[in-house]
Parts: sequence; C-alpha cells; structure tokens
Amino acid sequence: MSFSWAKPYEPKHPAMKWLDERLPIPRLVYGATGPGYPVPRNLNFFWNFGVLAAIFLGIQIITGIVLAMHFYATTDGAFNSVNQLIMRDVNAGWLLRYAHMNGASFFFLVTYIHIFRGLYYGSYKPPRELVWMLGLVIYLLMMATGFMGYVLPWGQMSYWGAQVITGFFSAFPIVGEPIRIWLLGGYAPDQAALTRFFSLHYLLPFVIAAVVILHIWALHIPGSGNPTGVDVKDEKDTLPFHPFYTAKDGWFAAVVLLVYALVTFYAPNYLGHPDNYIPANPLATPAHIVPEWYFWPFYAILRSFTIGFILPAKLWGVLAMFGSILLLFFLPWLDKSPVRSGNYRPVFKRFFWLLVIDVIILGYVGGAPLNWWRTALGQAASAYYFLHFLVILPLVSAFETPDPLPNSITDSVLHGETAEAAPAGKRRASRGSVATAG
Amino acid sequence: MRILLGFIGTVFAGVLLLSMFSNLGTYFSNPPAALASDTLHEEPKALALSSDGPFGKFDKAQLQRGFQVYSEVCSACHSLKLASFRDLKGLGYNDAEIKKIAADWKTEVPSINPDTGEPATRKALPSDTFPTPFANETAARAANNNALPPDLTLITKAREGGAAYVYSILTGYQNQSAEVLKKFPDAKTPPNLHYNPYFANLNLAMPPPLHGGDVTFADGTPNTLQQEAKDVAAFLVWTGEPNLENRHAAGLAVAVFLLFASILAFLAYKQIWAVAKHPAGPVVAAAAPRAPAKTRSAKPKR
Repeated sequence: MSFSWAKPYEPKHPAMKWLDERLPIPRLVYGATGPGYPVPRNLNFFWNFGVLAAIFLGIQIITGIVLAMHFYATTDGAFNSVNQLIMRDVNAGWLLRYAHMNGASFFFLVTYIHIFRGLYYGSYKPPRELVWMLGLVIYLLMMATGFMGYVLPWGQMSYWGAQVITGFFSAFPIVGEPIRIWLLGGYAPDQAALTRFFSLHYLLPFVIAAVVILHIWALHIPGSGNPTGVDVKDEKDTLPFHPFYTAKDGWFAAVVLLVYALVTFYAPNYLGHPDNYIPANPLATPAHIVPEWYFWPFYAILRSFTIGFILPAKLWGVLAMFGSILLLFFLPWLDKSPVRSGNYRPVFKRFFWLLVIDVIILGYVGGAPLNWWRTALGQAASAYYFLHFLVILPLVSAFETPDPLPNSITDSVLHGETAEAAPAGKRRASRGSVATAG
Repeated sequence: MRILLGFIGTVFAGVLLLSMFSNLGTYFSNPPAALASDTLHEEPKALALSSDGPFGKFDKAQLQRGFQVYSEVCSACHSLKLASFRDLKGLGYNDAEIKKIAADWKTEVPSINPDTGEPATRKALPSDTFPTPFANETAARAANNNALPPDLTLITKAREGGAAYVYSILTGYQNQSAEVLKKFPDAKTPPNLHYNPYFANLNLAMPPPLHGGDVTFADGTPNTLQQEAKDVAAFLVWTGEPNLENRHAAGLAVAVFLLFASILAFLAYKQIWAVAKHPAGPVVAAAAPRAPAKTRSAKPKR
C-alpha cells in the first residue's frame, strides 16, 4: 500500500481473477499480508509480537465461542457449568477452558512485549501516532474483556474482583455511586451484573478485532517501523511481507505456542488464584483480593495512595490508575525527540530500562500481600512511573544528544561495511534528514 | 500541554511520596507488633504423589484407598457435589461395582413419591452426583458448631499448596506449646476450635478427623495416619482434576508436534531468508555489487 515498488496483485487462476474483478478480497489480503506489503528488511524478533497478539486473539475467540455454548450465565449455575459441566463432562472441555484461561494470560504477555517494543523503538512517533493510539484502544478493550471474563466463573475472586473494580467508580463524588449501581444493575454484583458481563465479554473481542483492522490499516499507510528508526528510502531497504516475514513470524509463533502449550497442559492453574475455585460468597471476603497478574502494576498504583491530600486517598488512587494508562495517549507529544529508536538515544535508553524494572516492581507489589516495605516500594515505583512519562521523558527528549544514525536501513543491515567505505562526514550529514520523525 | 502534563505528573508523584514518607514514619515511630498468625503459621509439608510432574499418572489403588477414607470418614460432614458416581470408573471400578457403591451410599437422593408426589428419597444411581451429607447450609452449620464444612471436590485446587495442604491439615493437629502461649497469650485456641499451624488462622473448627486406624484397607496397606491422609489427598487431587492423565498425555503429543513444527518452520525460515542474505540473492547483490566477498558474511541485524 505504501511504497511505489509494492507488487500489485495479478491473479493467475481464472477463478481468482473472476473473484478479484467482483470483490477484490484477494487483492486486499495480498497487499496487507502478502508479497504486496514491503517491510523493512531489518526487523528483529520484537516485531513478531503483533502477529502473535493476533494469533492469541483468534485462539480466545474460537475457544470462547465453544465455551459459551456450555456456560450458564446464572449466579446459581455459572460456577458449576464451568467446574462440573465443562471441566468434567464436555468433550475436551477441560482443554478448551484451560486454553482460554491461559490464552488470556499469553494474549496480555505478548501485548505487553509489543507495547514495550513500541516504547523503546519510538513506534508512537510521527507518522504513526494513530497506530499507537488505536493500539491503546485495543489494550483498554482487552482489559475490560479480561476483567469481565474473570468474573464469569463466579468464584470468590470473580465476585470480589467485580466488587472492587466497580467500586472504583464510587470514589468519584456525587455521581460515583449512581454510576456504580447503574453499571452493576444493582447494589452489589448479582445476576444482573453476571448476565451483562457475559454479554459484553462475548461482544468486546469482536470490537477488538475491528480495532485491530484499523490498527493494521493505519500501520500500512506509513509502513512498519524498524529497529534503526530510519525511514525506508528505496526498494533495497525492504522485503515483501510474504514469504519473508510470514516465515519469520511462522517459526517464532510455533515456539511461543509451544511455551503456551506447556503452561496450558502442565501448569494450567499456575497463573490463576486458588480462591476462584471456591464458589462466590457475598458474605465471606477473601483474605487477599488480587486481580489477575496482568493488572497487578495498575493495582499497585491504586493501592499506593494511602493518605488523603485535598482529595480522598481512594479518589487519588482511582484517578492515578486511570491516568497511568491515559497518559500513554499523550506519548507522541511528550517525547518530541526526532530520533525514533532507543538504540541511538543513550540517555533515553537508560531511563527506558529503569521503566521496565519499575513496572516489574509495580507488578510484584500489586500481586503480593501488603506489608510496610512493599507499600513503600510500591509508592516509590508509582511515583517514578508518573515522573518517567510526564517529566523525565519530555526533558530527555529536549536535552539529549542522540548518537549518529545509519545512512539507511541497508547500511545498518550490512553492519556498517559500506559505511566504512563512505566518508565519515557523510554519515553525520544524514542525521536529522533521514531520521527525523516529523 | 507538556507543562500541564508535567505538573500533573509531579502532583501524582508528590502525593505518592508524601504517602510513602507518612507510612514509613508511622512504621518506624510505631512499629506494628508481630502477629501470631504470621509467626506461627507454617507452609504445607512436602508431599510426593504419583500424579505429580508432567508424566504423572494416578495410582489407582491409592485412589481407591483414598475413596475409602472419604466415604467412611470425611463424607460424614463434607460433600463432593461436583463428582458423580459414574466418575468412579476413573478409579478402576466396573459398572456393577459403581452401581452397588451408589445404591449402598449412606445418604439417599431427594426425590418424590411416585404415587403421591410427596417429597421422598431414593437410592442413588451411577448418574447421580454424590449426595450431600446435609440438606442445606443451615443444617450443616447447626450440626457443626456453626462452622460450614467445605465441599471437597475442588479443594486441592482451591487452596494454596493443593494436595500437600490437605495432607498437612490432616496430619498437622498439635497442642500449643507453653512457649508459644507465653509469647502470644492472645493466640490461645478458643474452646471448640483446634490448633493447627497449617491452617491460615491457626484455629480450625474441624476436630482431628483421622487418627490412624480409622479404616481397614482391603489391600493390606497399613492404616497409619500418614498413609490415610496421603491417600485421601491423592483421591482429592483426582476429584479436582479427573482429566489429569488425559491432559498430561495430550500435552506431550501437542508439545512434540509443536517442537517438530517449529524446527521445520525454522528451517523454512532459514532457507527463505538465505535469498535475502546471500550475496548472490537479488536484493543484497543490488545493494552492494562492489563487495561480494565481504557481504557473504553479512546478516540482517537482529
């Protein structure tokens, strides 16, 4: 779609020709994921994770549709339909359920790697701001879907997770409590909440699939980024998506699916919480209410606000938790450095790895029971999270001197062998013109 | 806008650091006392079962012994609601034996009198789930000093530690030492509860259910407390995960398949990319026509 040398679709078989003239779906596929989409030749393995996320979305939808055939969305029946009917009596029901449970975890895992890839290589920078923002929309939809899915088995963590998460809204003054009651369809999670969560849990994955199409569409306008962050200049910088990247994605996907299979078959409950095998009981609160692991960093931010300062502590926590994701939408304007790739940004690179460690610490604190030092650690890590994006990143992008960039993608691929031959001055001159992000 | 966002970030960080210093201040000026439940609580004992590990299979003789412990002891108070008599095939019983076990079960299944429509009970059938020992929660609490015996079907999945937790609870009852009582006078076990450091809050409503010698195993296995506890823990792994052997076998097949698939896909990837990497290939050859000797080792940067 994007480059003049992209190969146009030429149907060979008469049937394909017939179809292409009437409904050019083969042309669309050819141009989007076939030889008609030129991709930078130097992509590393971090560029495999978008395709992997799409694969896991597919796995979730397929296993989910079959599970829904056997699920009873009633407060009396939900737990038993999952743990008795599906796990014992449905043919391979245990496989469907474990694949779906762990598929959610792997979907989030590959998406997190995909997001951090974007953070490191500046994938949010012009001209790909909308690609980034649509990706964040997908992520928000995933969080909503994941949360509602976790409620469906109607175990203890399902119930109390629903109680806690819808309780966020009651932190807002005046309007909060009516909103919470409206969302739940009652004063506490009950039949009304379970049925609507089931309905939305079935709907949202298809909305995700639709936004994924927009995400890919927006990506294909400028074309994929690459580890140097240098723009594609001519045909020798690119390779056709098929067969080169289908082959690369293919074998990497097989390896990740192998890991996924090992977890699904040999440690299916490792990533879950034992309390969700206890039926929901509105009268007994679990000792430690924790969400699924993929929400732990945000849960840590929420819990870190322990004192009221002008606003009540709970409202601070809720604002900060929503803010911690919403601020990512502003990233293209917070980081104005013209250099995209972290490889050529020595100061940015250090802060990036600090952020990775910070988020891992937040995840640990969010999942573990609180004590005095974990609380303090979580508070320091949460403070760094906000400072990183809202203060450090704008300052770094204003004052940092980036390293020299390669002349072109092909140059970087050849490990500077042609650059050695090139006059030294030429390399420096190209900086800014080739690598500027906008 | 960047200044506004920077301000917001600083405010969030400021409130967080304020929270942190206030917390640390409270902790150091007024350290919380150690809780008895934190100090005395013990992690589950180590327990090895034949169903452990990726190639684990159930020991059916052990499951049958565990079932015997359940039916002769535990089932007096604990239900097994999600399991059916027909599932006992997984323990190695045949249809006739299962029919007999169901018909002989000490609790009958609620039913109606076919002539009058009055509530009645009938003998259990293989298709029935295990009848519950109490009609409802109120009856269960009334008979158990207001404690509710949990359903055991999923107990090994519903507790941290799984089978080892069940084994540790069953074998972990003890008397509180004078030393402990001196250190934590408030931790004295209240009347009608039973001290067990493997239980989260240390005091369990269930009196020690097994003492050794509670059942007589038909296969001559010694009926010590440890053996009975281990067998019933193994049985409860099975009730929670009756498809475990299928899962392990299917996992092996899937893993082997994916391993081969990834090797084949990797070789295909290598072959396809050789065109892009090799100097004779159309693309790189065009890129560096003057240095073929050097580009032979050229690889795309990973």
